Amino acid sequence: MRRLFEDELNDLHVRFSEMGMMVNEAIYKSVKAFINHDKQLAREVIADDHKINERETDLESKSFELIALQQPVSTDLRVIVTIMKASSDLERMGDHAVSIAKSTIRVKGNTRVPDIEKDIADMADKVKQMVEEVLDAYVKEDRKKALAIASEDAAINAYSENIYDDCIKEMQRDSETVIGSMDYMLVASYLERIGDYVMNICEWIVYLRTGKVVELNSNAQEDKF
Amino acid sequence: MADYDLTQTHIIHLDEPKHEIALSTEKLNVYYGENRAMHDASLQFERYRITALIGASGSGKSTYLRSLNRMNDNIANSRVTGKIMYRDLNINSDEIDVYKMREHIGMVFQRPNPFAKSIYDNITFALKRHGQKDKKYLDEVVETSLKQAALWDQVKDSLGKSALALSGGQQQRLCIARAIAMKPDILLLDEPASALDPISTNTVEETLIRLKEEFTIVIVTHNMQQAARISDYTAFFHSGRALEFDETRKLFTRPKIKAAEDYVSGHFG
Repeated sequence: MRRLFEDELNDLHVRFSEMGMMVNEAIYKSVKAFINHDKQLAREVIADDHKINERETDLESKSFELIALQQPVSTDLRVIVTIMKASSDLERMGDHAVSIAKSTIRVKGNTRVPDIEKDIADMADKVKQMVEEVLDAYVKEDRKKALAIASEDAAINAYSENIYDDCIKEMQRDSETVIGSMDYMLVASYLERIGDYVMNICEWIVYLRTGKVVELNSNAQEDKF
Repeated sequence: MADYDLTQTHIIHLDEPKHEIALSTEKLNVYYGENRAMHDASLQFERYRITALIGASGSGKSTYLRSLNRMNDNIANSRVTGKIMYRDLNINSDEIDVYKMREHIGMVFQRPNPFAKSIYDNITFALKRHGQKDKKYLDEVVETSLKQAALWDQVKDSLGKSALALSGGQQQRLCIARAIAMKPDILLLDEPASALDPISTNTVEETLIRLKEEFTIVIVTHNMQQAARISDYTAFFHSGRALEFDETRKLFTRPKIKAAEDYVSGHFG
């Protein structure tokens, strides 16, 4: 019985990790499209989002089925709850990638500010690295690594604040950049939100290992956007 | 008990099963005297799959199971109408040699009922009665059957010991081994784990999961979790009727019939 359950659980893990990779790719592509003003790539991200959504629904119904048929308790139950919760966070991250892609389509033709775009690219690199790390920590059920990743969120927030300040300055300096800067601010806020969802997944990894629900997000203190 | 609409049913028909249909019933009715205990049950059992029959006491699930290998024949005043199809044969007809048929459709009961004989003799009993005398063959069957029933490692050095000295769980697995020694196609089990503790229950369930690679299994169980855990298909019985029959994962997550929904959620009655 145990073996059968573990096979199914393992299958769930694999499908969740695949979803993580799909989302990571969407974020990577959306930012690349934004930086390179690549409308085509941005459209690809938007078109592929349904695959991420379907995977979330699929994981949810598989988890639901495992709970109904195998009646897991304790760690087994936490594993399934973690997958359900974390897959919903992943799906939201995918939605933000779509929002970045939509900004890309809008921003084309606007007056560009290379310094801010450079900051957004750096911020995106950092976010992408965190997404990769959190997926790795999830696979290894590594609580310490999850806590370490959570501490990196401050860097993301700092990027976000800098970009915000720079955009305000730029808009005051040259009103031609207003529309473009608005999109820069939006993209930075999407990236910042993706960072927050990474935090959520870190919290779920801690929950998975300890059964304790913790709050790792420090957003309560700063609500600039 | 709540009144349920007995005319509303959801019985899937296996149009394209992965394996063939090993056994099926068509409009099966069972009467005990004037009392109609089963109403027009039409179900199919796919080969190499476990089908669980669930329902409250008195719902008719055991009556249905017993009729599948004509156990109801032994009850005075009982009458079974309708078809029980096995290999294109209606085994509910008078021409059928019931004893021969039971070589193909074996049964394991609720309470372990080993014969007061040695472990070895329990397994070889039916084979010997059927004239099998080849010692080498009998030895082989004893070993394979006990291995399939996950009992071999525990009893291989004491095959001459009385079967009654085994624990409850071991006795039940011996009964499973005894049933499969005849190499049946289909194994019917009437609450095989209800008299066992959770650990023995788990072992029996694991045994059944392994056995389905070779046999078609129909199991009556009071334990809904057990049905959910081990079966591929589930039939829900109520008031002498099969009201819902579907894949287990569907019946336990999205039952179509109110009575089935209430039963699997524990709100029944």
